[in-house]
Formats: sequence, C-alpha cells, structure tokens
Amino acid sequence: MSRQSNRTTDSKKMNSELFTLTYGALVTQLCKDYENDEEVNKQLDKMGYNIGVRLIEDFLARSSVGRCQDFRETADVIAKVAFKMYLGVTPSVTNWSPAGDEFSLILENNPLADFVELPDNHSTLVYSNLLCGALRGALEMVQMAVDVKFAQDTLRGDGVTEIRMKFIKRIEENLPAGDE
Amino acid sequence: MAHEAPFQLLHSELIHYICKTADGADSENGRSVTKLENMGFRVGQGLIERLTKDTARFKDELDVMKFICKDFWTCVFKKQIDNLRTNHQGIYVLQDNKFLLLCHMSAGKQYLEHAPKYLAFTCGLVRGALSNMGVKSIVTAEVSVMPACKFQVMIQKL
Repeated sequence: MSRQSNRTTDSKKMNSELFTLTYGALVTQLCKDYENDEEVNKQLDKMGYNIGVRLIEDFLARSSVGRCQDFRETADVIAKVAFKMYLGVTPSVTNWSPAGDEFSLILENNPLADFVELPDNHSTLVYSNLLCGALRGALEMVQMAVDVKFAQDTLRGDGVTEIRMKFIKRIEENLPAGDE
Repeated sequence: MAHEAPFQLLHSELIHYICKTADGADSENGRSVTKLENMGFRVGQGLIERLTKDTARFKDELDVMKFICKDFWTCVFKKQIDNLRTNHQGIYVLQDNKFLLLCHMSAGKQYLEHAPKYLAFTCGLVRGALSNMGVKSIVTAEVSVMPACKFQVMIQKL
C-alpha cells in the first residue's frame, strides 16, 4: 500500500485545490454568461456575500473567537484566524489609515488564483472578487458594515495582492418590539 | 488548514447560479444539470492530475476504481466510499452512506426532487478523474434516502 503513504500530508492541500479549481470553473462560466467584466465582478461579489453570511456561523462555531474590542482586533482575527482556517494563508495587516478605520490585507500568495492567468481581453475582471463579498457578508452578520475592494492584484501585474477594507458603521441591532 | 465549509458553500452558490434561470421547464433543468456536470468534469481532470502525480502505475480498472473510492473520495469528501460493487463487466456502484454535499439538507425524502442538481457536479468530477486516468465512462447518481447516495459508473469500452 505504498500509494497511501503521502495522503495525509497532501489532503489539506488537495482540499484547497478542489476549491481553487471549482472557483475557476465558476469564473469561467460567468465569463461565458456575461458580456462584460463589470457584471462578472458584481456577480462574484454577490455570491461571495451569500457565502460570507453563512460562513460566519461556521467560523464562530469552530474558532471560539469572542467579541472584538475594536476594528484592529477584527483585522487581526480576519487575517490570522479566518484566512488561515479557510484558505490556509495568513495575510499581513498594514497601511492603517490615521483614523484607524481602514486597512489593507496583503496576500503574498492568493490561493484562489493558484492556476490562473488572465487573458488580455479580461483586463477589468477582478478574479478573486468573491473574497470581497465574503468578507462583507460575514462582517455584516456581526454588525459591521464595511467596504471591501481589491487595491492590487498579482493577476493584473501588481507585485502583491492587496484587499482594502474600510469600516463604515456599526449596524444597530433592531430587536423586535417587546423582545428582551 | 483548509476546511470543507468554503467548498460546500461555493458548491451551493454554483448550483443556485446555474439553476436560477432554469425554473420550470424540464429541458432547462436538464441543461443546467449538464452544465454542472461539465464543470465537474473539468475540475475532476485537474484534480486527478495533481493527486496522482506521485502514485505508482495502476494495475487495472479495479485498481483505478479503488483509488477513486479511497484516496480521491477522502480528498474531496473527507471520507471513503462505504461500499464498492461491480459486476466485473464494466459497471461499478459506489455507495456513500453520508454524502458530504447532501449533509446540509434535510435527511429523508422531502427534498428528493432537488437531489440531481446537487449530484451533477460530483458525477462530472468522477467522470473527469476517470477520463484522465484513461478510463472512459458514464457516471450517474441515484438517491433514495438522503444523505445516502449511489454513483453508478459505466465503463465505456474503447
């Protein structure tokens, strides 16, 4: 049974490859279905949002992370716990705005784009836009409205992949009347 | 560590996207199932190339099928196939008693009509994997009670 020997080391990586390849198939399909890249970006963001609002539950259940004190702590949890858990990478948190309401996640290597090259006619496609939607959706479920977008992308020739996140506001919980 | 949750959710979104335009007409539903199957095929092809790059050469067809049931299934669905049967004439039945992609649905028969959409991608995945290992096949799935399901692989002799 020599074939079994390297399975355990491989299976984690394989799982992320399954995700990467499936995501690739999805983006390919979207590019076929929509005429322009803007529409594809929008669709990816929407799907990401749907994933995010569900994924946060899984995240809270698994990670036993408590309530964050401030946005800086949130940033750390996203980078060190969430990205590590689901994508197997740990982006660095940098470029804080003076007010502390905006920061960048720098990804040295973006697992979603592992086997990807963008053809010339898709220069405005934000390939990994699903991530933005997912972050937005997940944070919305913990009462934080944020704006997320790609500032740099290695697929478009930049040196690193940079996701810019801006805190907009705390979403007030509206409890139904009479419900304490 | 990468979890299966993102893949499960992505898979659901994929189905939602492909099928949302196809409400109603049966022919439309059939087309979206085909689309999902084709996407799975492509992914299966890529995946098996990565997975088999350090493995020894396969002895025969049964050896290939065992690889699918054990290593491939464990990689993708976190468990092995529970039961593999064959008639030794090119038909294999792979039974999974707790199929990952049906686990988040209500167990039993309530949503049985929706099962084909949730299995099409996997059928393609298996067909794609087999195809790159030199085995041409037709893969279909069958569910009687969720979350158990059976995949039937019909080998196409060249």
